[in-house]
Amino acid sequence: MSHGTLLLVALLLPFIGSLAAGFLPTHARNTAAILAGSVAVAGIGISVWLYTSLADGAPVQFWLSWLPMLGLDFTLRLDGLAWLFALLIFGIGALVVLYARYYMSREDPVPRFFSFLLAFMGSMVGIVLSGNLIQLVFFWELTSLFSFLLIGYWHHTASARDGARMALTVTGTGGLCLLVGVLLIGRIVGSYDIDQVLESRDLIIQSDLYVPALVLILLGAFTKSAQFPFHFWLPHAMTAPTPVSAYLHSATMVKAGIFLLMRLWPVMSGTDAWFYLVVPAGLVTLLLGAFIAIFQQDLKGLLAYSTISHLGLITLLLGLGSPLAAVAAIFHTLNHAIFKASLFMAAGIIDHETGTRDLRKLSGLYRYMPITATLAMVAAAAMAGVPLVNGFISKEMFFAEAVAEHTGSLLDDSLPYWATLAGVFSVTYSLRFILGVFFGPPPVNLPHRPHEPAHWMRFPIELLVLICLLIGIVPSLTVGPLLATAVKGLLDATPPYYSLALWHGFNLPLMMSLIAMAGGVVLYLGLRRYLESGIEGPPILRDFKGQRIFEKVLATLSWQWARAGEATLGTRRLQPQMRIVITLAVVAALAPFIANGAVGTGDMPGTPLPPGFALLWLVGGICALGAAYQAKYHRFAALVLVGGAGLVTCVTFAWLSAPDLAVTQLLVEIVTTVLLLLGLRWLPKRIENVYPSRPPLKVLLRRYIDLTIACALGGLMAFLAYCLMTRPLTQSVSRFFVERAYSEGGGTNIINVILVDFRGFDTMGEIVVLCLAGLTVFALLRRFRPAPESIEQPEQQRIQHAYDVATPDRSPGDTVADYMLIPRLIMHWLFPVIAVMAVYLFMRGHDLPGGGFAAGITLSIAFVVQYMASGTRWVEDHLRVLPLRWMGMGLLTSCATGMGSWWFGYPFLTSHFQYVELPYIGKVPAASALVFDLGVFALVVGATVLILIALAHQSLRSSRAAQASEGGE
Amino acid sequence: MEIVLSIGIGLFTASGVWLLLRPRTYQVIIGLSLLSYAVNLFIFAMAGGGLRVDGPPILAPGGVGDPAKIADPIPQALVLTAIVIGFAMTALFLVVLLAARGRTGTDHVDGREPD
Repeated sequence: MSHGTLLLVALLLPFIGSLAAGFLPTHARNTAAILAGSVAVAGIGISVWLYTSLADGAPVQFWLSWLPMLGLDFTLRLDGLAWLFALLIFGIGALVVLYARYYMSREDPVPRFFSFLLAFMGSMVGIVLSGNLIQLVFFWELTSLFSFLLIGYWHHTASARDGARMALTVTGTGGLCLLVGVLLIGRIVGSYDIDQVLESRDLIIQSDLYVPALVLILLGAFTKSAQFPFHFWLPHAMTAPTPVSAYLHSATMVKAGIFLLMRLWPVMSGTDAWFYLVVPAGLVTLLLGAFIAIFQQDLKGLLAYSTISHLGLITLLLGLGSPLAAVAAIFHTLNHAIFKASLFMAAGIIDHETGTRDLRKLSGLYRYMPITATLAMVAAAAMAGVPLVNGFISKEMFFAEAVAEHTGSLLDDSLPYWATLAGVFSVTYSLRFILGVFFGPPPVNLPHRPHEPAHWMRFPIELLVLICLLIGIVPSLTVGPLLATAVKGLLDATPPYYSLALWHGFNLPLMMSLIAMAGGVVLYLGLRRYLESGIEGPPILRDFKGQRIFEKVLATLSWQWARAGEATLGTRRLQPQMRIVITLAVVAALAPFIANGAVGTGDMPGTPLPPGFALLWLVGGICALGAAYQAKYHRFAALVLVGGAGLVTCVTFAWLSAPDLAVTQLLVEIVTTVLLLLGLRWLPKRIENVYPSRPPLKVLLRRYIDLTIACALGGLMAFLAYCLMTRPLTQSVSRFFVERAYSEGGGTNIINVILVDFRGFDTMGEIVVLCLAGLTVFALLRRFRPAPESIEQPEQQRIQHAYDVATPDRSPGDTVADYMLIPRLIMHWLFPVIAVMAVYLFMRGHDLPGGGFAAGITLSIAFVVQYMASGTRWVEDHLRVLPLRWMGMGLLTSCATGMGSWWFGYPFLTSHFQYVELPYIGKVPAASALVFDLGVFALVVGATVLILIALAHQSLRSSRAAQASEGGE
Repeated sequence: MEIVLSIGIGLFTASGVWLLLRPRTYQVIIGLSLLSYAVNLFIFAMAGGGLRVDGPPILAPGGVGDPAKIADPIPQALVLTAIVIGFAMTALFLVVLLAARGRTGTDHVDGREPD
């Protein structure tokens, strides 16, 4: 397997694993954990395997053409930086999986947890491996989505839901900003390919779009990495199960923002804009996070704010813009991931074994869990930056960079003081964590009696703490080569000289460290009384909550403003909306005339007007106006009039050389009329004269406005139609169809050849729509509840029924049977006639007017006629119509015909034709398009019959309902 | 002929739009039917070469068609599709209308009688 393919495997494995875990039984805790663990271990294996190939500095690539016309390819790209992150994602991931196996309770749906976790892992890997910025944003948004699911895993608690929603809103919004920023970068560089972007530093920083792009990208990174003022979502995400916190807030989620800053660091940093946007954000986050962390009463809250603070530190380092600072940033990212993951896990163990994370309740746990306590102490020392642990070295590098000169501004000059202050804070909260939890008097009133956890639950912490110590004591032997690889990925040119040693002599950074440690202890002792009073949160800042502001903003935006906007601009009533839509249509139709000046009619000679045509349209116009006038009170009359208008349309088609349209229109007209007749029964009785005297002025005004709109649009349509008809259409593809219909489609009916051959794919879509409409009708009617006053039998049926019951020698239903005797007989006999007609229309369709549509509707009319003649019950006793099967077979036939051409190596729906000589009948066309048309035919029959039968059945249902209610009385 | 057909299309449109703006669902469905006739005729009338009385787009067997002698097939193919889809939409709308009537107890388009 090539190295590139391995990258693809590393990306896909977590997603495949996620899918597989999703299908496991709800309580398959071990299976799911083993699955997730193997995926993570395989990922580690691939990362380690690929390490050697990075030695020469060229990134490993995988490339797949995606949207070449837009210059977008699916590319995976592994350089040193991506490698380090991938290793972290898989490495910490594997440990978190092991930990979660013991942390998660037997009652939780654990496979779902692992499914989300793996999908999240895959999305993170996608971010770091993306070789294309758009692709990166895609995976970026995926991490937002899956972190939402992970944080909200215990969705039965409101705080989990709120925390998840807040994280999604903040990071998702940031992701959208990032997308726009990336699009700007793509516009500047002309490509989204990361390699190409990385070569275009000058182009980017000199562009006018540099600052907007930078701001947008930073918004994305800062929201993700919880930088001030977007930091507030992170503490609320602590409602997630602790393994999630350990994973998301140490090595992954929040590090995605850091990764993005690093990825674009070579091309975007080093400018004033970068310095003044990134450094203050990082500095404020560093100090504020550390300060608030001191005052947390929740163990995980303390760690969350500490995470924010450390992320601020890394951001600050990246903001400084010097290569050495970037090296320190990478190194601290690694160190922070290691010690923070172990601290979260330790907090989780404490929570798991004691039942609480509240620092006010916890105390003196050392005597119950000495090993965990020792491990936590080492990790906390790393967090505080104590020598011999990994955090110390990167913190020293940070101090050295803080002292170094960058821009010479006031901000730059004051950095050493701020850095030392942040060091003081971090020592204080680390002390608080350790002393508060593990020392002091034995705890009272704990939910559980504390004890050491299962060994394998503690194992991940042991391993991480061991790594902390190894890096802290012999940095150049352990982490040196890894760091060098990552730095090479970040800084293409010669990496700066840096030394990973424990002892650099007695210099300024060491002084700062000593001051920070001493200051931290003093501050802790000074604050002890305040902290023990049990107040949550720091003084002053306590009243200033990000969450509350967030919620207020959200409520204002999505509720108050939306409501106000709806109240002033919107309406829930249909009529004003229709008015607006139609008025817009009028405006849109008029706009070209206004823009280009008035356009007169064309000069093509008109067709002479036969008197019959004029008379026809006189009738048509009267029908239309009559229908418009009668539709309110005389529904049946309106239906007849609309039918008249339809017939006029139909005759017009026939007159003007469109026999196919005429046939189809006539048949559809019949079916539509039957359909509407069936529907009439369920409409309420109309009360005439709602307004006994004169309608109120408002109503009159509304009607005049509507009349004006209708007349305007009607006039406009007439004018447009006339203009179009009097000028020649010069360019059209018609010639192509006319000339090729016979030679390539094998039919003389051009319309049919277009439908089933040239544009067969459109027809395919059309029958699918028909199919969906039929199914929707069917589904809607299954749950149909008629209005109460429509349930009782119609008056005519009641009278007949009463007469039949009253007359001794008659049984109910006789009267209607007598009335319908002759029509019924004729209609029964008509069935085969109409069916033959349908077959005839179908067969001749390719050469003469007809075809699948017309034939299908004809056959459905044959069925409907039987329903009308004999009633639903009789027909269904004698005839089994299975419309759903007709539809299914029709769709399958059409698809199969279309796919048949693949067999011969042609594109979908390529047709083949020839004529076959049949005895007695003669030459018949045998085109594959005919089979396709057969599918169309079957589907049309099925859908039409389904719709009509579904409606017809309602009368049965209502009579049953009426009987039931009578029986009940 | 053109002028008569144009006026006819205009009348159908005007009646259809008037009904679309009415408050009762049945009026709207009738209006939609009228409007779809109008639109179908409008598309149909856009044929290249104008209206044609004696030239259905059907070829003599074995022949190659002459576009100058027969009606433009493209608008016809479009309208044929539109007729069938129009039928499906009418059916769907009718059922929605009935379901809304059953559920809300009124046939007003807003699902409740105006105050």
